[in-house]
Amino acid sequence: MEVTLSVNGTSHTLDVPDNALLVEVLRERLGLTGTHVGCDTSQCGACVVHMDGRAVKSCTVLAGQADGADVTTIEGIGTADELHPMQEAFRECHALQCGFCTPGMIMAAIDLVQTNGNLDEQAVRDGLEGNLCRCTGYHNIVRAVLAARDNM
Amino acid sequence: MYQFNYRKASSVEQAADLRANADDGVYLAGGMTLIPTLKQRLAAPSDVIDVGGLDDLGGLDVGATVRIGALTTHADVAASSEVRNALAALSDLAEGIGDAHVRNRGTIGGSVANSDPAADYPAAVVALGATVHTNRRSIAGVDFFRDLFETALEEGEIITSVEFPIPARAAYAKFPNPASRYAIVGVMVAEVDGTVCVGVTGAGPCAFRSAELEAALAGGLSVAALDGVSIPSGNFNSDLHASAEYRAHLVVVMARRAVAQLA
Repeated sequence: MEVTLSVNGTSHTLDVPDNALLVEVLRERLGLTGTHVGCDTSQCGACVVHMDGRAVKSCTVLAGQADGADVTTIEGIGTADELHPMQEAFRECHALQCGFCTPGMIMAAIDLVQTNGNLDEQAVRDGLEGNLCRCTGYHNIVRAVLAARDNM
Repeated sequence: MYQFNYRKASSVEQAADLRANADDGVYLAGGMTLIPTLKQRLAAPSDVIDVGGLDDLGGLDVGATVRIGALTTHADVAASSEVRNALAALSDLAEGIGDAHVRNRGTIGGSVANSDPAADYPAAVVALGATVHTNRRSIAGVDFFRDLFETALEEGEIITSVEFPIPARAAYAKFPNPASRYAIVGVMVAEVDGTVCVGVTGAGPCAFRSAELEAALAGGLSVAALDGVSIPSGNFNSDLHASAEYRAHLVVVMARRAVAQLA
């Protein structure tokens, strides 16, 4: 079947299998491998991207469901020269160790900051419940999100 | 995933036609349960009929009742100040489902139609005496859940909205699975038209009202009224997360916590 979706501002029309997942389209068809597949069972959040502005687990969205949608991945939020404030905060606060969960964490954290007016530490911890860090580096991740909150 | 035909419906009528003409069709709303089920090859439908884009199944209408369109996400219910003002227990319930990303996609219609024994919304549907509206009829919430993953819905029937009466007071307490946030046990206690109603999810094959707890609370909504009360674990679920006996114990504990919120 044919799907058309906008990814990081560029429109793509692709012929995909009916059972293709959004994350497969992003990684395997568009080469956007910044979005990771961790658990592949909707739990770890490494695959989080924004679809029409909200954080979603792209391993649990069919390509057909994303037809017509506006998708933003980790590649679409900043550049090497000009990082997104959330990326900058992750670097500044040493909020990554192995880095595998980081793209999903950052995409989830951006949605969290954008949709919560008064974000405190507990709200950040609750809001990132759907993102697992296998290095267990949560403390600095929470620090980074709180730092970015003030710069976004 | 096995192969299937993906069909995007453009209207409720067309969705019903696609389903009627499929060998073994299934409706897709947010997909937060169905897609993992397909990925694990626990289901092999011939056709997945996506109703997720149907605008007339969305929306929230708060007035004399709280009417929630079937495709309204848990995130939208949790974020609605109108719902919180009218029925805060439902906002709390929606806010505690899964995680933020699941709440951004998962829908009330999908949750209710699936009758997962550990889903949260069914506790509210039975406790508050909600009405489940479909493309064919309206079904009383208390009659809706029949068994494990089994509801009163007929073949091909589509939920259009779920309508909750506004209770004098209500509260929801759940003991979540620490990983999935599914309810190991969830209890909603509500006072609706002068009657105390207790809806339980997570414990049995599907959501139900607890006659024992309702009898204990009939004389007044106080935690002390539940002292010494126990309920039979008869047909309760028993799995690696909790035994049937432990779930029976948790039902009373969650009921006490819900009643304590009302004090």
